[in-house]
Amino acid sequence: MAAITLMKTPAETALVQAFEAAKATLPGDVESRAQAFETFNRNGLPHRRVEEFKYTDLRALVREAAPFAAKPSLDEAKRALLDAKSFAGVDAVRIPFVNGHLVDSAIAFDGLPEGIDVVPLASALASGHEWLSRLSPVDWASKNPVYQLNSAFMADGVMIRVVGEVTTPIHLQFVTSSTTPVATATRVLVVVEPEASVTLVESHESTNGAAHQPNDVVELIAADGAHVRHVRLNAEGDQAIALSTFAVKLGAEASLNTINVAVGSSVFRHQVFGVFSGENTTAQINGASMLKDRQHGDTTLIIEHAAPHCESRELFKTVIDGEATGVFQGKIIVPPHAQKTDGRMMSAALLLSEGGAMNNKPELEIFADDVQCAHGATCGQLDDDLLFYLMARGLPKPEAESLLVQAFLGEAIEFVENDSLREALIASVEAWLRARG
Amino acid sequence: MLEIKNLVVQIEDKRILNGLNLTVNNGEVAAIMGPNGSGKSTLSYVIAGKEDYEVLDGEILLDGENILEMGPDERAAAGVFLAFQYPLEIPGVASMTFLKAAMNAQLKARGESELSTPDFIKRVNAAAAQLEIPKDMLKRALNVGFSGGEKKRMEILQMALLRSSFCILDETDSGLDIDALRIVSEGVNALRSPDRSFLVITHYQRLLNHIVPDTVHVMHSGRIVRSGGKELALELEANGYADYRESEAA
Repeated sequence: MAAITLMKTPAETALVQAFEAAKATLPGDVESRAQAFETFNRNGLPHRRVEEFKYTDLRALVREAAPFAAKPSLDEAKRALLDAKSFAGVDAVRIPFVNGHLVDSAIAFDGLPEGIDVVPLASALASGHEWLSRLSPVDWASKNPVYQLNSAFMADGVMIRVVGEVTTPIHLQFVTSSTTPVATATRVLVVVEPEASVTLVESHESTNGAAHQPNDVVELIAADGAHVRHVRLNAEGDQAIALSTFAVKLGAEASLNTINVAVGSSVFRHQVFGVFSGENTTAQINGASMLKDRQHGDTTLIIEHAAPHCESRELFKTVIDGEATGVFQGKIIVPPHAQKTDGRMMSAALLLSEGGAMNNKPELEIFADDVQCAHGATCGQLDDDLLFYLMARGLPKPEAESLLVQAFLGEAIEFVENDSLREALIASVEAWLRARG
Repeated sequence: MLEIKNLVVQIEDKRILNGLNLTVNNGEVAAIMGPNGSGKSTLSYVIAGKEDYEVLDGEILLDGENILEMGPDERAAAGVFLAFQYPLEIPGVASMTFLKAAMNAQLKARGESELSTPDFIKRVNAAAAQLEIPKDMLKRALNVGFSGGEKKRMEILQMALLRSSFCILDETDSGLDIDALRIVSEGVNALRSPDRSFLVITHYQRLLNHIVPDTVHVMHSGRIVRSGGKELALELEANGYADYRESEAA
């Protein structure tokens, strides 16, 4: 049999070259990076014949590999942060990144609120910091090519440890200000120690008109009895191809309330990998995506109920306008011993145009016999009777539509307890609706 | 003043209104009664501007202006209000948010400035108190989980706040208990004024004991077949619609 040689796409070839060029200068252990890259490189960019990427063919979508962004000058970084808009009005401890690099001078490491420790990742990698052993807590992520690419290239990030009840939100602020397309790879690890609680906020914004390629990973370890609220906003520029992963490991008696709201990017793939590793833990995992023009937005979710007596609720809403395509792939896995698992996953799409498309793929893999699991997926359009009702009260059609779209997305957003965060998210929805016209 | 002239309407090739004529003067409360399927609800939807209906002939003039070419929102701004027989539930939209959006949209359409939040709240609270609507209800999503009576009171609240000049009550009495019927009727009666007219659509004379009409019209097979004063409602209550059915058969 003839040997089969896989043809590499220009983007894949460029990634190989980029890794060869960068590996000596990237911080930390070259060997583990090389291993991650090799694992990625064996199969290359995932394509439609790979089941998990059936609806988001990265080999076709990523035509060229953008060069990795250099660290910006302090002036440049400051200017970029002044222009950053996401959650600007929210009182928070800010941890800013510009072009994928931590702006450490903007963080008063000594003046952080009690209970928060922040360690820059680049120096931690270089020095072999003891917390590094806690990276990659979720196997589902480690097996994933997007994550592997991040592991190979991660240039900067932070590791955060939370002890006790921290009331001020921590805002991980990612801004890409480069006017030419750049790639970034950041890694954040957040360890919330037993009985501690925290609110994590992520915002991702970048310049319009440049095909940036961010690949961001946030890893969360919520120890026993920890409570975490997490809000993520994708407000990337209109040409960005944004890959992101949120990997979370939850201990016993813990809780997680998370939402990803997407209003930006040309293409995005947001992956959530969650593992329940202790009993009596609850998670509310939500998402709200707004897609228009020819945007492509993919949310892929794997939740493993690895411990009994846990409850998860997944609620994802997608609004599709123009010729946009939405993807939702959600899988709940219940191993044989995870009795009394209670999992409910719902994905609802609202199609505002004739040309839009939604691919919903909910899955349950249940090996235990005493569980309650359900999933649902809907695609629909705005209800004509509701529109008439609102218009009969004087609302012009665009306003009536906006109100109904807000109501549709609101069901996912209303789980955000922090008023200023919730209002900021609603403002993003309103801005999207206004831009739609 | 509302004038309907020779209105012919069909839906999906089925003729519902067959040359209907009706005039409601300013300040007048006109009642329309008729058997099921006579076209009463269709008439209310066509006046409000629902898209599903095809108007084949005729006009609807509001203060001399033909409103048939207007969208439902423009008709609302011109003064038309339809209190729905089955008010719709809108999950995720708080009643207050909805009321503010509706009031401001109409003010904007009329070229007036929008209400300030304190003004808005003051107006809503005053109108809500009269209709015995608790504040808690206004915080909930519009009509979601409301009882039949609460939904109808919410409709009348909107009618009061939007200051419409031509109000249609489409079987507002359906699903109401005696107390709710009283509250709703008192709400409507309080809105009666020389520059506001009402079209009250009902099956039963009972509602007309509370909202006493100036004129009563009998509708059958898509036409007004008889008009009279309020005593006509009593006659219908006693004899039913059999007379009109027979005339159709003959």
